[in-house]
Amino acid sequence: MALLQISEPGLSAAPHQHRLAVGIDLGTTNSLVASVISGSGAVIRDEHDRTLLPSVVRYLADGSIETGHEALAQQSNDALNTIASAKRLMGRGLADVTDIHQIPYRLIDSPGMVSIATAAGAKTPVEVGAEILRTLRLRAEAALGGELTGAVITVPAYFDDAQRQATKDAARLAGLTVLRLLNEPTAAAIAYGLDNGAEGIYAVYDLGGGTFDISILKLSQGIFEVLATNGDSALGGDDFDRAIAGWVSTQLALPALGAHDMQKLLTQARAAKEALSTEPIAHINATLENGSTIDALLPRETFETITAELVARTLKPTRKALRDAKLDVEAVKGVVLVGGSTRMLHIRQAVADYFRQTPLTNVDPDQVVALGAAMQANILAGNRGNDDWLLLDINPLSLGIETMGGLVEKIIPRNASIPVAQAQEFTTFKDGQTAMSFHVLQGERELVADCRSLARFELRGIPPMVAGAARIRVTLQVDADGLLSVSAREQSTGIETSVVVKPSYGLADTQIAQMLQDAYGKADSDMRVRMLREAQVDARRLLDATDAAIHQDGDALLTPDERIVLKQAMHALAEVIETGDADSLPSLKQASEVLNRATQDFAARRMDASIQRALTGHKLAELESRV
Amino acid sequence: MSVTLTESAAKRISSFIEKRGKGVGLRLAVKTSGCSGLAYAIEFADETLPEDLLFESHGVTVLVDPKSHVFLAGTELDFVREGLNEGFKFNNPNVKDSCGCGESFKV
Repeated sequence: MALLQISEPGLSAAPHQHRLAVGIDLGTTNSLVASVISGSGAVIRDEHDRTLLPSVVRYLADGSIETGHEALAQQSNDALNTIASAKRLMGRGLADVTDIHQIPYRLIDSPGMVSIATAAGAKTPVEVGAEILRTLRLRAEAALGGELTGAVITVPAYFDDAQRQATKDAARLAGLTVLRLLNEPTAAAIAYGLDNGAEGIYAVYDLGGGTFDISILKLSQGIFEVLATNGDSALGGDDFDRAIAGWVSTQLALPALGAHDMQKLLTQARAAKEALSTEPIAHINATLENGSTIDALLPRETFETITAELVARTLKPTRKALRDAKLDVEAVKGVVLVGGSTRMLHIRQAVADYFRQTPLTNVDPDQVVALGAAMQANILAGNRGNDDWLLLDINPLSLGIETMGGLVEKIIPRNASIPVAQAQEFTTFKDGQTAMSFHVLQGERELVADCRSLARFELRGIPPMVAGAARIRVTLQVDADGLLSVSAREQSTGIETSVVVKPSYGLADTQIAQMLQDAYGKADSDMRVRMLREAQVDARRLLDATDAAIHQDGDALLTPDERIVLKQAMHALAEVIETGDADSLPSLKQASEVLNRATQDFAARRMDASIQRALTGHKLAELESRV
Repeated sequence: MSVTLTESAAKRISSFIEKRGKGVGLRLAVKTSGCSGLAYAIEFADETLPEDLLFESHGVTVLVDPKSHVFLAGTELDFVREGLNEGFKFNNPNVKDSCGCGESFKV
């Protein structure tokens, strides 16, 4: 009888069961699905032995849906109902879509996200993405012979939260459990790092159909760390197709083309672009709707000239990413090429020239991302092999500490890669304060009430000092398992206290999404409340200080009239603080200003008096020797 | 009928829990899968669920959900060393048949 081992809660694997998990590269132009089969990654092919699934969905009036090659074949005939490059619209509002004139189908502005008008009604990019994912899921289930446990889906490093969330929603619609969203360049690095056992600084240059990403990664002892990312979310192979189409239009002095003709020309342009990676010259030829024909020869040199600007546009983010990582070109040990567009010879040349080395291309640039995702999926699904490796994760929500006024001071920002440690100094608010209570919070909102409370702890034994003199260093540290520890240390005495919390425990993805949504939707009002609370805290401090000063020197330095004026200003300010609603910021500022002005003379007199006291009874020589 | 641990199993489990730094005890369960229909699961327990049956054995709390208890009543969990391997072994009086590897069984 086999011997059993103890597992973590909920993770005990069923015997003899290989959990089916896939990696999906949901691309702008093409998508792929891969899985780890018998220990090595492989792209799953469709029944026609094709690996790539064109990311194209066609909606027919009878409600039926075509995806992939089928839809692509009809793109020229039914351009309005055939949705390609929907990834560019994922999680975007109409206002975000800058290249709207280049999109051949009709967009509808709808709350949250743009939709596309089709013969089958309005479709969101999420639904389009879900159709592609569903097709890939069915392909994988047919090939692997069972239901999928889950999938790792890759997204461009540049996707913001709305775009990532939209991708997750699409997966859910497609009936997939998302094990994790993985940055595309990181997936590529996984594929290369594991296959080749490489270590050092690597650049991942990913020029896909619609997006460009450059990532600087550090690989060491099986650990992947993203040092910097940059890119252009609206630059890709499609732009090269359009450049060719534009060139043809100009060369042949074509009139403005309809959607149908434009699609035809773009299809031809893409074929020409692909041909030029192996041939010195490409033939473009198409018959337009009005019967006229397009016939042009595009030499590789001309192609490289008309697209030189696009190639140059990829190098700018590349420079920025290196600068962000504080690295020189020399530090980069290898460059990984990802995306079908990196097959273009002048791209390879430009990358080689910039990095002064030949880029790595030994894994198919179309498949490398899906393969990396498949390896990650295999591990996340619990099929652990011997090659246990760690992928550095990111902090899903900001972590911070409560400060006066019920505000949250963020210390570790959202998306910081973990493990991470950040420290910030805090100080006492009241004179003679000997203890400080810390409240650790998670969330994007400005107010404590709107964030999630993680832990509270106290630091006692701070030596009595005037307000603001104590220096208390609070360190937040998140280790590789996502375990958060917080410590506070008073700098002069070295007294210290700490607490360990697990931040993401019990916080579901939907809650995280909801919290982010709230933060976005309420950014404005949050900011106003924050400014008000800060002003209130300042005002209270001013009141306390004035009160203390009157108590100390009021009798000696103030006339009864002056005292009344001061008291009145203080009352006025205290009242504004008390009644303070959201709109009271201007009146609060005004009242603070009045009190500040009223105390000016008093403050000057106090200063004089204290200098007087300090100097009285001392000889000049004594003072000089002190200086 | 209770579920018990042998002394060596209890000792091993205590030290595992200590090393792990948290956990209220050990959860034993039976899941419907595997080649012979049912399979054992041994997990650390981080929390006690209201429906759990609790058994105290050599200082270790064993948590069993009522559904699994049907199959586990009277079971003794042992820690054994077999050649180079060491691990846990169920001595379950309910088992009528088990598959060759012993990871799954029938009652």
